[in-house]
Amino acid sequence: MADGNPKKADLAKSIETESLFLGGIKPDKEWTELPVEFKPGNFNYPTKPDIIEKLGFPNPRKWTPLDEDWKLPENWKEIILQALKDRLEKNRALKLFMDTCVRCGACADKCHFFLGSGDPKNMPVIRAELLRSVYRGEFTRAGKILGKMVGGRKLTKEVIKEWFMYFYQCTECRRCSVFCPYGIDTAEITMLGRELLHLLGVNINWILEPVVNCDRTGNHLGIEPHTFKQVVESLVDDVKEITGVKVNPTFNRKGAEILFITPSGDVFADPGIYTMMGYMLLFEHIGLDYTISTYSSEGGNFGSFTTPEMMKKLNAKMYMEAERLGVKWILGGECGHMWRVVHQYMNTMNGPADFLEVPVSPITGTPFSNAKSTKMVHIAEFTADLLKNEKLKFDARRNNHIRTTFHDSCNPARAMGLLEEPRYILKRVVNNFHEMPENTIREKTFCCGSGSGLNTGEYMETRMRGGFARANAVQHVHDKHDVNTLTTICAIDRVTLKAAMDYWVPDVQVAGLHELVGNALIMEGESERTEDLREDELEDFEQGEGKDE
Amino acid sequence: MKILSPLILLIILILIAWVGTALAGLETLFGLVIPYVALILFIAGFLYRIYYWSRSPVPFRIPTTCGQAKSLDWIKRDRFESPSNLFETLIRMAMEILLFRSLFRNTKAELKPGPNLHYGSNKWLWLGGMVFHWTFLVIILRHYRFFLEPIPFVISLTEKIDSFFQVALPILYLSDILILAALTFLILRRIFGGPVRYMSLFQDYFPLYLISGIVLSGMMMRYLTKTDIIKVKQLSQSLIHFDFTVPSGIGAIFYIHLFLVCVLVSYFPYSKLMHMGGIFFSPTRNLANNSREKRHINPWNPDVKIRTYHDYEEDFRDKMIASGIPLDKD
Ligand code: HEM
Ligand code: SF4
Ligand code: SF4
Repeated sequence: MADGNPKKADLAKSIETESLFLGGIKPDKEWTELPVEFKPGNFNYPTKPDIIEKLGFPNPRKWTPLDEDWKLPENWKEIILQALKDRLEKNRALKLFMDTCVRCGACADKCHFFLGSGDPKNMPVIRAELLRSVYRGEFTRAGKILGKMVGGRKLTKEVIKEWFMYFYQCTECRRCSVFCPYGIDTAEITMLGRELLHLLGVNINWILEPVVNCDRTGNHLGIEPHTFKQVVESLVDDVKEITGVKVNPTFNRKGAEILFITPSGDVFADPGIYTMMGYMLLFEHIGLDYTISTYSSEGGNFGSFTTPEMMKKLNAKMYMEAERLGVKWILGGECGHMWRVVHQYMNTMNGPADFLEVPVSPITGTPFSNAKSTKMVHIAEFTADLLKNEKLKFDARRNNHIRTTFHDSCNPARAMGLLEEPRYILKRVVNNFHEMPENTIREKTFCCGSGSGLNTGEYMETRMRGGFARANAVQHVHDKHDVNTLTTICAIDRVTLKAAMDYWVPDVQVAGLHELVGNALIMEGESERTEDLREDELEDFEQGEGKDE
Repeated sequence: MKILSPLILLIILILIAWVGTALAGLETLFGLVIPYVALILFIAGFLYRIYYWSRSPVPFRIPTTCGQAKSLDWIKRDRFESPSNLFETLIRMAMEILLFRSLFRNTKAELKPGPNLHYGSNKWLWLGGMVFHWTFLVIILRHYRFFLEPIPFVISLTEKIDSFFQVALPILYLSDILILAALTFLILRRIFGGPVRYMSLFQDYFPLYLISGIVLSGMMMRYLTKTDIIKVKQLSQSLIHFDFTVPSGIGAIFYIHLFLVCVLVSYFPYSKLMHMGGIFFSPTRNLANNSREKRHINPWNPDVKIRTYHDYEEDFRDKMIASGIPLDKD
């Protein structure tokens, strides 16, 4: 935790006592009157001018949200109103979400940012009203004439500042939309709001720099092909050291049956790397004919936090590379927003993928008919099928030192409905599994608090507030069942939840699902396993006679 | 201000109707002209709003999945929370529209010392909303007897069930009691419910007051002042047969009731009440979760310049050769 971030006890106290509404305190002003105050810890650094230039986005300049003058383009108002009009005509969801909210309040206390800050503008309904009020005030007759009376307001520079604050205090997690009687999805509003702000050059570096990197090098971190290969190979060495087995990933290999794409966080970030080791062990175990691409070396897609165009641009590489390499289908690693894009957008944007085949598991012969058009399979679906067909030899006791719970990542839960597959796998490869409370898992899962590109160091206070609801549920199973590991299927989670756990529940580590699979696999020719993939010691048990499946 | 001003507006509306008919004798205006205008505003506004929504495309398939999707055959899926085809989606929609499925999930978060978050069940809004909407529907159906002759079986049946508790003469309708209770709940919830009050606007109170006004004036006619039903029926028949005659002496209360209904009807398409139409259109609910199975088409799928593998290889050629990564062009 960087300097200047609040201590856990202070933040806890602040959440407990200063939370508006939740703490029984009523704000003394209407939300439209509440000032927007930027201070260190509550904003992400703006995009560097050269990054904006590289993207061809408007208004590159040096600025910070602390400035009085944000140096917006002269005709900023015209730009926003025109763009809003344009987007309304391009997206029915937006029109509906503007028109149908009845302010019933069902969504209000469903947002993790509201729960962790008590800030009324973090109630999803008000987050949407930030835009809706302008829609009323600038586009509808009643709003133009009656203004404030009917919740309409004019677009001002102050509103732009407010949008920047609160559209970057939403992680596009869609939890609110589960509870809304009309399915109003505030994430859609946030996406649109951010899209509008890009037109003024109001955006954050942490999202746009990865977009530029990913375009150039194939991954968010900007790792060039030779280094990418080198890093994966160093993981191969680690695997060899721990298990005695040499795994054999290949790169950009034409004629492989399957192209495997995972977020680059699995290759570079601790603890994602252990999940990467797990994948490679699994593929070696079943003798999968797969390759990894350096050109398309990123599963994630920060373009999806930017604009539909950027999302498409970055995503397109997956199909282009699959076609060039001549693979049959694509297998995707553990990641949340990556799977939002792959499941709900990829085929629409970059399909049809006629050059690929309907995915069939080469090991079990199972066709993945739910992916017959997009032709990309989630690794949890793939592995669940392997386990069901008893194709894996493993010993769950190798995970006996792990007492885990499962965090449903927002997108697989609420944009895919991938709930059972990871649980099925987890229950097979780990002996101690405990669910968090019912209202905090599955479709009601809580966001890590730092998704959608908000996982910066400078944003810690806000992130820890946002992560509080999740952490609190983990705390519950930690206290009750002595849970020491939070398993997740998202690369962002593996980084952000680690920070949230270190802060709120320091005895709990964060792991990937396939890290635990890798721990449990009994590999041919392995040496005696005394350590897990993290090189933590295993608990004592009778080695050898595994519960083979 | 937001709580009182819609009430004042309602009172003004009532006064207009009262002055207009009881004092100024403008029965033709209030009995014929305004109802026709209101109906036209309603139909035109409703159709326009539907057209306005429909003309925007649905670029992406974005259902919110609230249960296990269709996956491997042996994984038990949740057909109606994560529908994979049209039929399942229709069931999901029906559950939303008829049973307010999503609202039924509602929980209430509470912050306890620790701090600790607790999520309690919170079905009151669901119950109040269900009672309000269903009784509203029953009451509308009951009104058909003023227009239809003979009264269709479904409607007389609803009436029978509705008057099950025959407390007084004239028969006390169950729906009248329930809708009053539900409206009271919805209004009080808004006025006293911290966050809900904070987010509420003029247009959130107004329909509740207006509908309460309609219900109360209707009940007064039925239970207190004894409005002449024969004459009301004459007027309604005249309205549907375009006779343009207004029977005299129906009484101001009736015109107040009718006028408020006209206000509601004409206000409907231009307000949040259009949630009635909106719920059918909501893309997070009315689309099947089958986007990997069937390609969804976006009519404005943007043309985007993509960095090709060719350019990538050109840029990194030497480094790729040095690290033994295969190339397209040697
Ligand atoms: C397909 C038909 C409809 C559906 C599915 C529907 C659904 C809903 C739902 C789920 C709510 C939120 C919960 C609540 O406050 O009760 C609501 C609110 C409301 N509805 Fe409807 N509705 C429909 C038609 C109508 C109609 C015809 C009216 C009458 C004019 C109406 C008037 C209202 C009002 C006034 C509210 C706000 C209640 C409040 O402010 O607390 N609805 N509706
Ligand atoms: S739940 Fe839906 S309708 Fe109710 S306030 Fe929230 S966005 Fe509006
Ligand atoms: S999408 Fe998530 S973060 Fe955004 S408003 Fe809804 S609940 Fe909050």
